[in-house]
Amino acid sequence: MKSPWFRPLALLVLLATGVVLAGCHGAAPLPFRLTNLTGHMPQLEFTLTSDAGKTVSAADYRGKVVLLYFGYTHCPDVCPLTMAHLHVVMQRLGKLADGARILFVSVDPARDTPTVLHGYVNAFDAHATGLTGSPHAIEALVKRYRSAFTREPASKDGSYEVSHSSAIYVFDRAGNPRVLYTPADKQDDLVHDLHLLLNSGVRS
Amino acid sequence: MKYLPAFALFAALSFTAGAYASAADQVHATHAWIRVLPGTLPAGAYVTLENDGDQSVALTGASSKAYAQVMLHRSSTQGGVSRMTMVDSLSVPAHGTAELAPAGYHLMLMQPTTPVKPGATIRLLLKFSDGSTLPADFIARPANALDDGSGHTDSHAH
Repeated sequence: MKSPWFRPLALLVLLATGVVLAGCHGAAPLPFRLTNLTGHMPQLEFTLTSDAGKTVSAADYRGKVVLLYFGYTHCPDVCPLTMAHLHVVMQRLGKLADGARILFVSVDPARDTPTVLHGYVNAFDAHATGLTGSPHAIEALVKRYRSAFTREPASKDGSYEVSHSSAIYVFDRAGNPRVLYTPADKQDDLVHDLHLLLNSGVRS
Repeated sequence: MKYLPAFALFAALSFTAGAYASAADQVHATHAWIRVLPGTLPAGAYVTLENDGDQSVALTGASSKAYAQVMLHRSSTQGGVSRMTMVDSLSVPAHGTAELAPAGYHLMLMQPTTPVKPGATIRLLLKFSDGSTLPADFIARPANALDDGSGHTDSHAH
């Protein structure tokens, strides 16, 4: 015969376990699915010009989960595809997306003025900001994340392409790099990891 | 010897009709769409080419009244770096298909002659290596579209 205490006791044990797990949560590493960057790269740092024409720095985005992408607006295929995918990701996050910011940093500051960038990023998603600046400031940010870009030789009409990193760097609300998303990764995994960063709890 | 030239002409005609159907005659274009970007930024155009013929054909480019210049390009990502290169042609195998799709082969449309708005239909003349051309209507889609919008929803599981 079961003790009448059995059920409440079992519940108590479960609750206690939950408390212990919750207590450990802050210290335990988040179970990311994407390549974990935690501790491998420096904090987000830059001073650039936003698509609104204002000087902005990384500090302006503290409190937001940042998705950093290097691209350029005269890129008709891969950059818009990446931005369109990020738009889908933002839609999948629903209300949580308000805690995230896509930073599209131009690797083509000669053509990407704040005005051009403004029209461009807003054609994709309301959570996106375009950033441009001096070649020096952009190169510093690119190098900070061991990325690279190359301006290819111009064609007869003066147009040119820019080869650039295809990765997206994801930072937590404190500006620490946490995961890397590449074209080889699954969109589901990015959504999963963004949930981890946007929620205090774990959701998938 | 009156019959000889007539025979030669007949032979030549039947040879032409039998083996040399033009590329444009044997290719069908489906899922044709353009990703429209703001202002005068270059746009990417995508299409699936189906070849019903017994000969492979090669797409070499396209032209359009709506754009000053159209180029056949290919995007690739190697070692974490995305780049775009010009290509001379894209082969469509006999009884096979070739896809111009995001992050691969595409037509780069430059300098729109008038602003192109999402929802518009833009005609492109697809050019093949045998000199034939195939008119195809492309649907203009918004910047953040992932396909031609015809309803197949599984295409963006990236």
